[in-house]
Amino acid sequence: MYMFKYVLKRILFLILTYFIIISACFVLIRLLPNVPVQQFGKDMSLVLQSRYRQGLTDINGNPIPLIVQYGNFVKNTLIGGNWGLSEKLYFGQDCFQVFLSKLPNTIIVNAYASLFAVPMGLLLGIYAALKKNKWQDHVISTGVMVMVSVPSYVYAFLIQYVLCFKLKLFPLVMEAGTDYFSWSMFHSMIPAVLSLSLGSIAGYARFTRAELTEVLTSDFLLLARTKGLTRGQTTVRHALRNAMVPIFPNIISEVILVLSGSLIIESIFVVPGVGNLYVSSINTLDYNFFLLLSAFYTLIGLAAGIVVDLSYGIIDPRIRMGSKK
Amino acid sequence: MKKTNEIPKIPAEKFRFVGDENRLHDRKFDTKEVSYLADAFGRFCKNKSSVVAAIIILLLVLYAMLVPIFCETNYSKSLTDTTYLQYTKLLPKSSLFTNMGLNFWDGASEQTLGEANFQALQAIGVETGYDVVKGEVTTSTDEKGKVTYTSRVDSYISNGFVYMTLTPQEYESIQQWQLENGKQVIYPAITDKSQTDANIWYETNKKGVPQLDKEGNFQNIYRDSGNDGEYDSLRIEGDPGLENPEAEDRYRYATITGDSNNVSYKCRIFKYTYFMYRYGAEPSFLLGTNALGQDILTRLASGARFSFVLAICVSAINLFIGAMYGAIEGYYGGAVDMVMERIVDVLARIPFMVVATLFQLHLAKKVGVVPSLFFAFILTGWIGMAATTRMQFYRFKGQEYVLAARTLGAKDRRIMFRHIFPNSLGTIVTTSVLVIPSVIFSESSLTYLGIVNLESSTMTSVGTMLANGRQFLSSYPHIILFPSIFISLLMISFNLFGNGLRDAFNPSLRGVEE
Repeated sequence: MYMFKYVLKRILFLILTYFIIISACFVLIRLLPNVPVQQFGKDMSLVLQSRYRQGLTDINGNPIPLIVQYGNFVKNTLIGGNWGLSEKLYFGQDCFQVFLSKLPNTIIVNAYASLFAVPMGLLLGIYAALKKNKWQDHVISTGVMVMVSVPSYVYAFLIQYVLCFKLKLFPLVMEAGTDYFSWSMFHSMIPAVLSLSLGSIAGYARFTRAELTEVLTSDFLLLARTKGLTRGQTTVRHALRNAMVPIFPNIISEVILVLSGSLIIESIFVVPGVGNLYVSSINTLDYNFFLLLSAFYTLIGLAAGIVVDLSYGIIDPRIRMGSKK
Repeated sequence: MKKTNEIPKIPAEKFRFVGDENRLHDRKFDTKEVSYLADAFGRFCKNKSSVVAAIIILLLVLYAMLVPIFCETNYSKSLTDTTYLQYTKLLPKSSLFTNMGLNFWDGASEQTLGEANFQALQAIGVETGYDVVKGEVTTSTDEKGKVTYTSRVDSYISNGFVYMTLTPQEYESIQQWQLENGKQVIYPAITDKSQTDANIWYETNKKGVPQLDKEGNFQNIYRDSGNDGEYDSLRIEGDPGLENPEAEDRYRYATITGDSNNVSYKCRIFKYTYFMYRYGAEPSFLLGTNALGQDILTRLASGARFSFVLAICVSAINLFIGAMYGAIEGYYGGAVDMVMERIVDVLARIPFMVVATLFQLHLAKKVGVVPSLFFAFILTGWIGMAATTRMQFYRFKGQEYVLAARTLGAKDRRIMFRHIFPNSLGTIVTTSVLVIPSVIFSESSLTYLGIVNLESSTMTSVGTMLANGRQFLSSYPHIILFPSIFISLLMISFNLFGNGLRDAFNPSLRGVEE
């Protein structure tokens, strides 16, 4: 019952926050001069009709008061799900449909990156913690320090130059198309996946090492050893389980953040995904896309926050988030 | 009953002070007093990697501050004229390594060229006398019988010639300079008027491949008739005008264009020596030049300076706002804290990219690109600072010294800023130092993606340099290499420095996050 109330409270607050942020975005965007630009050979009436259907203009395409627009926005867009047509980037196409068609690319690249990064990071972290203050630990820790600090786009340049251009192991940019599980598609994704995962491998390794070294020095582990368990048994059954308490929520949030991806990596390797769409929508001033994607990124951020908090309680029932003193 | 603890009366004069002659005092400390900061500094210095990181940061800051002031040559200042457009994509060259004769950092790169391109390069060398091809040439023939040459090509010489239209004054002054310095800048005009490539001074076939004579020499097509405005200066080898300046078949060094009132001279200018004429030194760029011909060394420094100044200002303002906000939240607690935390919750959830974009769209035209970027950083940037301060205030506000101060009648403001704040200074300083690299990182990402456009002839940023060099990644990696090295070095050093700072100010937290 307690948990239910807490979750409910969090979700209500999420909706409120989301609503405030999106409203602010909407108002700020509608305040910008936003006249549909005539494009050669394109049917303008399509855009004007769509604006009318969204309730942003009257039937003749004339502006109506902002407050009325806002009411219609809440009714038609936030609740009705009509995000309008693209007015520049993909002229005349439904924003939401275009967005849905881009989403799989982002998800798949990031999913591969997570699938690679999480086990690698955990293994490196565990290894470093077990070899604490030996040369293996120093090597891993130094590498992790460098990898965490260096911006991901620098790896991306390096990977693209060395692996794709000099050694010609991979194509320079990702293949387009929807054939997500073919070998050539996967092959063309590898550079982007590598660049995405290096940073998070380092992050997981650092975090795991810190948590595990703390648990490994605690008293109950000594007790476990004196009971006669081997070192391997104590590490896997006792230390690792306890160390996972703060690590696991991060892994869970990774599952959600798979959706959001990285703007820079997507633009470097020309991944036809959401991040690339977002950057192009800003550069071409396609406001409908911008609003939709801002709403999307905000939602993901909020959802990830909640999931992290809840997963603490799931993995370790002693932790009751939001409880009073 | 006898009282055992009864004290018999003792006369006062019988009492005597114990150790009257050597009275006991609190002993004075022999050791020196160590202030909080000195203590922290001492601890910081013990951490070697942090000290090294601090020195690297200092060097990078000095580089960003001093290079634009002291190392600016006439060349890197001349961004208002268009001469610099002639010196694009030159490779990094250090005079030291070049003079030592090492095949490294000498402005040359290994290139594999086909017959036509290789001969064209050779022609530049033959005409000017500078070595365009360095070291040995490896020739290879593929199955189809196509010959390719592999050798190190000096990018400064292979930059070659350009047609320039000079005013009579410029024409005169270059001739004067040639005589004084003995270096040829203007090379003879050619007969083929339709040829727009200034590098070609020889007979070519239709494909542009040089037509060599029987001995394998280039056959020149220099113009030996017409008016060149009384050219009276250095002449190239083989020019009949060398022996007799009045010779009818002497080479002509310019083509006259324009009418009689407004004469101008179209000349073939060798860019290498023209640079010396123009800027007084041989062209040699330590980090090379970018695709627009701007010197990367000074350009990167001014970009870095911009990034540093922006980051430090943002960090200072965030420190101020965040500390105030966090102090009020933490000190008063209760309902005040609740309301203020909810505001923070909402603000913190707005993706930074959205904030930056909206600020750019709304304000960039009114107040400029930089201020709107600045506001975007401040709008949500102080939240981390406020959270840190809030935690510190919760930690300290229940302690005895605060209670004592309150009992003595100190006002809230005094307790907050004279008592609690100095105690939490260490954590707050650490947090605000770590804001600097994160601002530089976000700024470089935003400018890289083109959401914020800072590029102009006088201003740049590291992210813009990366974005501009991106398209030359495969052919001219040096354009993107140096900004990347700079930003990576900066991030690594700041992280190490931040760790050291945290350990120094909060010894109890040592190694928590490592």
